[in-house]
Amino acid sequence: MRIIVCLKPVPDPKHWNKLKLDPQTRTLVRTGIPGTINPLDRNALEEALRVREALGGEVIVLSMAPPDAQPVLKEALARGADRAVLLSDRVFAGSDTLATAYVLSEAIRTLGDFDLVLCGDETIDGGTAQVSAQLAEFLGVPNLMHVSSVDARPDAPWLVRSQIEHGCMVVEVKPPMVLSVVKAINEPRYVTLMNILQAEGKELAIWSAQDVNLSEPWVGLAGSPTQMADLLTPERKGRAEMLPGSPANQARALADRLHRLGFC
Amino acid sequence: MIDHVDSKVWVFVEQRHGHVAEVGLELVGKALELAGLLEWKVAAVLVGHQLGEITERVLSYGVDEVLVADDPLLAEYCNEPYVKAIEGAVRLWQPEALLLGATAMGTDLAPRLAARLRTGLSAHCIDLKITPDGQLLSAVPGWGGSVLAQISCPRTKPQCATVMPGVFAMPEPGDNRGRVIPIEVHLQPEDVTYRVVEVKREEAPKSGLQTAEIVVAGGWGVGTKADWGLVEDLAAALNAAVGATRPPVDEGWAHEKQMIGQSGITVRPKLYIGVGISGHMHHLVGIKKPELMVAINSDPNAAIFDHCDIGIVGDLKEVVPGLTRAIREHSEAVSKKTER
Repeated sequence: MRIIVCLKPVPDPKHWNKLKLDPQTRTLVRTGIPGTINPLDRNALEEALRVREALGGEVIVLSMAPPDAQPVLKEALARGADRAVLLSDRVFAGSDTLATAYVLSEAIRTLGDFDLVLCGDETIDGGTAQVSAQLAEFLGVPNLMHVSSVDARPDAPWLVRSQIEHGCMVVEVKPPMVLSVVKAINEPRYVTLMNILQAEGKELAIWSAQDVNLSEPWVGLAGSPTQMADLLTPERKGRAEMLPGSPANQARALADRLHRLGFC
Repeated sequence: MIDHVDSKVWVFVEQRHGHVAEVGLELVGKALELAGLLEWKVAAVLVGHQLGEITERVLSYGVDEVLVADDPLLAEYCNEPYVKAIEGAVRLWQPEALLLGATAMGTDLAPRLAARLRTGLSAHCIDLKITPDGQLLSAVPGWGGSVLAQISCPRTKPQCATVMPGVFAMPEPGDNRGRVIPIEVHLQPEDVTYRVVEVKREEAPKSGLQTAEIVVAGGWGVGTKADWGLVEDLAAALNAAVGATRPPVDEGWAHEKQMIGQSGITVRPKLYIGVGISGHMHHLVGIKKPELMVAINSDPNAAIFDHCDIGIVGDLKEVVPGLTRAIREHSEAVSKKTER
């Protein structure tokens, strides 16, 4: 069983107040914000470890990110992945979801046969939730999104539960497949000091564009069909009218106002 | 299949087991508005099996054409056969734009279809515009909603977007004036790449948020499950629906269906009161044009104070119970007057 987890290093949301919009280039300045594993990708990795525990095999984590993402991949190795591949090349910069999915799919082909690719359902930064389905399309395998449980059976089609409006659907599907998971699927395990020490001995390969076969043009900013025409900070109404005084006075003033307007 | 259709803007109108997702009709309304600027025509795309009644219903919303892919293998949603059905129609009839609702089905179908067509897709849009030369501009919140990106798809067609349910108003049905055009599909059983063995419905508690005139919403700042009760008490006093940002949902204080914002639902109340909410755009984009917006937060620098009409800086544990009491006093006085 070979399981690949696509994992995105994202700026730690605890430090998002430091994000700034560069008014000249209209890009986000993220200098000084440490990276972390995208939260739902931790659930994807945890599910990969559980499938490996059930059926055996290896878990490979795969990221497309700048070279400074290595600590994030080391965390994934400490969490239990067997090895890691970091796809890092300037030509990948500016890739939209189609280009990202294309490059990831070619990296997965380079790794060889696989049974399962796991992703988080969405990331907390871009949040498009499009890469897993597009990756499956490039790989030519079935995919399911919004996955809340996986029953990986050795000699039968797997049972996968996917959330839909007002409930869920359970489907039978045969590997290989791509699944993207929701938070409810599992509770990621804790990392121990022993895990961190063990991770030091594991392989973390860094691949450039030369290491994968990119014969199609869907790479980087130039190969991305979508473009950011503009980046705006949302409109503001302007400062609210602040009600002064003690909590009791504030509460009374607001209630009186709501009463005059007919709300109570 | 016929070799020409008139419509340049297509809307995928989702149905599952005969139930039409409202966002599809909301998008029909918006598509008619956008296409009208360029004198383009609009088609609804229906995929499934035994769609006669639904086709009639969709026609009544004023579309020029309804493109219908009807096949037993499309009866239960699976992305591969749905992609194949729409892909064939797109390649033949070449629309300029394709809109889908950002539902469980739409967010699964759209990326796979866009990748098959090697075209661009913008996700979870909260607004759409069209330029005089036919470029679709989608407003997409990113970074927890702290920025709003305007996404275009200048080189490939169709320009695709998934749009959040509820951001556009539901149109009124009128007279049928459109025509029905079948999409021929050539599906094999092996195109259905997974088999749905069970569909479970879970009844979520009714929040009433979407139709509520007053919404009281709580955020991370509420602090504990016990103090969440203060938010609910305030809402009860105002006869309001209770909403939430993401943290209270993650913490289990509120139900997922109560989440307002980009990844939740959109509300259109007359009065909104936010308690312990810092004011990320992620949440604020889900509140459409309230007449009065109020925020209560202990942090005087909370961003929400730049987005609302009335603000109170204070400890919500002191302010909110006092507010609830004062509101009840007013309500009781009003009902006594009415009794007389």
